[in-house]
Amino acid sequence: MKKILLYSVLLLFGLVAPFLFPAFKLQISFLWILIILAMTWDVQGGQMGYNTFGNILFFGIGMYLCAGIQIGMFFPLAEWTVSGGEKTFVHTPTQYFQGFIVGLVAAGIIPAIVAGLIGYGILGLRGHYFAICTLALGIAAGEIAGGIELIGAGQGMTSPPWPKNIGDTELRSEFFYYICFVLMIATFVFLRWAYTTRFGLVLNAIRDNEDKAEAMGIYTMRYKIIGWVVSAFFVGMAGGLMGNMVGYIEPTEVAFAGPTFGVFMILMAILGGKGTLWGPVIGATVFHLFKEGFWTFFLGWQYVALGVLIVVIVVFFPEGIMGWLREKYPEKFGEVIDEADRKAQVELK
Amino acid sequence: MPPKFIGGIFFTNFMDLLIFKAPILMVQASMDGILLGILFALIAYGMALQWGVMNIINIAQGELVIMGGYVAYFMYVIGIHPAFGVIVSPIIMYFVGVGLYKLVINKVVDRDLFISILATFGISILTQQLMNFIFGADVVVAQSNFGTTMLFDNSVTLPNSKIFSALVSVIVAIVLVIYMKKSKLGRAIRATAQNSRAAKILGVDTEKVYAATFGINAALCGVAGSLIAITFTLHPYVGLPYTVRSFMIVIVAGLGNLPGVAISGMGLGVFEEFADYLLGTEFRIGAVFLLLVLILVYRRFKLSRKREYLK
Repeated sequence: MKKILLYSVLLLFGLVAPFLFPAFKLQISFLWILIILAMTWDVQGGQMGYNTFGNILFFGIGMYLCAGIQIGMFFPLAEWTVSGGEKTFVHTPTQYFQGFIVGLVAAGIIPAIVAGLIGYGILGLRGHYFAICTLALGIAAGEIAGGIELIGAGQGMTSPPWPKNIGDTELRSEFFYYICFVLMIATFVFLRWAYTTRFGLVLNAIRDNEDKAEAMGIYTMRYKIIGWVVSAFFVGMAGGLMGNMVGYIEPTEVAFAGPTFGVFMILMAILGGKGTLWGPVIGATVFHLFKEGFWTFFLGWQYVALGVLIVVIVVFFPEGIMGWLREKYPEKFGEVIDEADRKAQVELK
Repeated sequence: MPPKFIGGIFFTNFMDLLIFKAPILMVQASMDGILLGILFALIAYGMALQWGVMNIINIAQGELVIMGGYVAYFMYVIGIHPAFGVIVSPIIMYFVGVGLYKLVINKVVDRDLFISILATFGISILTQQLMNFIFGADVVVAQSNFGTTMLFDNSVTLPNSKIFSALVSVIVAIVLVIYMKKSKLGRAIRATAQNSRAAKILGVDTEKVYAATFGINAALCGVAGSLIAITFTLHPYVGLPYTVRSFMIVIVAGLGNLPGVAISGMGLGVFEEFADYLLGTEFRIGAVFLLLVLILVYRRFKLSRKREYLK
């Protein structure tokens, strides 16, 4: 009963937030995107124990695909990217929304297919080899995208601007706000359901001991690939949305942005507590609030602050907020604690 | 105008290379690659050292290299010949490395490898940005004025600075190997690498050994960086490719296999030069990163036939 109340309050907040805080519409939409990134990273990093740096690959692919399809369905893509095509070619509202829907669906499905194809090769690696391999994959994608003329090479490309004759920028940010919100809710509900099924149990079994899980007769590779495909699907769609919201796609700073979004997603999941359902959500919220609240004070020192933040969180706070709460209030998490045993444990420490 | 897509570039360059310039370019690219690869091997040796001894993977390795390079560049700016950076840079970088160890690295040594990867990734972002503030975001080069050597009837040109850098790398590597074999600290480092607990019991101060190892690694990066400053270009954000190159060399050669490190370093250098000529310079870094992915996936498939995996 308490849970239903909590969920409905949060849902209601999400629905009315753009009218409560009209100045922060775009910021809250970014928060939903960050939550999606953190939650999908947690499928690998937290639940499955495969610390990936490479989910940013799907983010970038989705971003380029969505914008590319939105443009390419109606206008020649090469001319658009070369000559600032947003000035010569104008989408009518129908064209814009048609392109947006097709682009967004493709931005989900094609990264998922890519994840399925490369998954068999790459998910066979373990531990730090997997981490470094995915790190290299994300950066290689950025470098290669920066060399392809069709999508604007190093200069990047613009995503189609909002059609002028159907409303002002307020309507635009509300539109994207609700799409982001719905996608975030969909991700949350899907993962919440998936973690209760056999799939979630297998992911945890892989994290705890993959050899044993395999010896028990589970074909772990299949589940690992499915997990990556699920992540890629949602991350790709988030990327497509992000590209439209930012309005400008650049290969290494926006799309395949390893040092920003690629690290943010890991950091947020660890900050919130990896391997929990709510951890990434809390982590992303805290991180985004911190980032938006204090970023302006650093004035050019943002990346220095980010580096310090990474080191501090990873080295001193690796169990995250949820892990800390769990240690502090184990009863709330359904764990029964023997007081005497606990005291003995504390004394031992 | 030739078609501007990746296949087109590859094809035209490839035909060009094959038909007109083949023998000359082959020799040129191989020579460049080998001289470059010796430098990579030096960085990779540092990475193998800390990986073997401390069991951490240092993503900030490339940033240490670039930092060492900026030391040489700074000397060039104030009017000293940058080649002396080979002596000054490792001394400064040794203390930078020890400081870094005392601040952060000592807290990640005994923990999960992923924590060390992520923590050093944080250090890498931090140092990139600091270097950006101090030295600016421009591409810089420290002119050494060493001139060039012409080979084979002036068809192959080798800058003397590259030959100098390869020679220095070889000398540093030999000195280091002898030091590791003969000196007391070298023996302590090797003992710690074999079994840190046993070494501790037998009276080795492993904390000091770790600090020294990280310092030596940073000093090696300093040497390599100052050589890169005089042979190539420096930029605050090009550190990560050096990390990936050294990681690649180490996983191909294995830990503690110096000839292997040297050979695979040279192989990587030659690969890079050829990728540069065939695919175009804009895909050079991408090719390096993709090669790492391919090597790892290849080894994974090779091992999976025996039901094993990379660990």
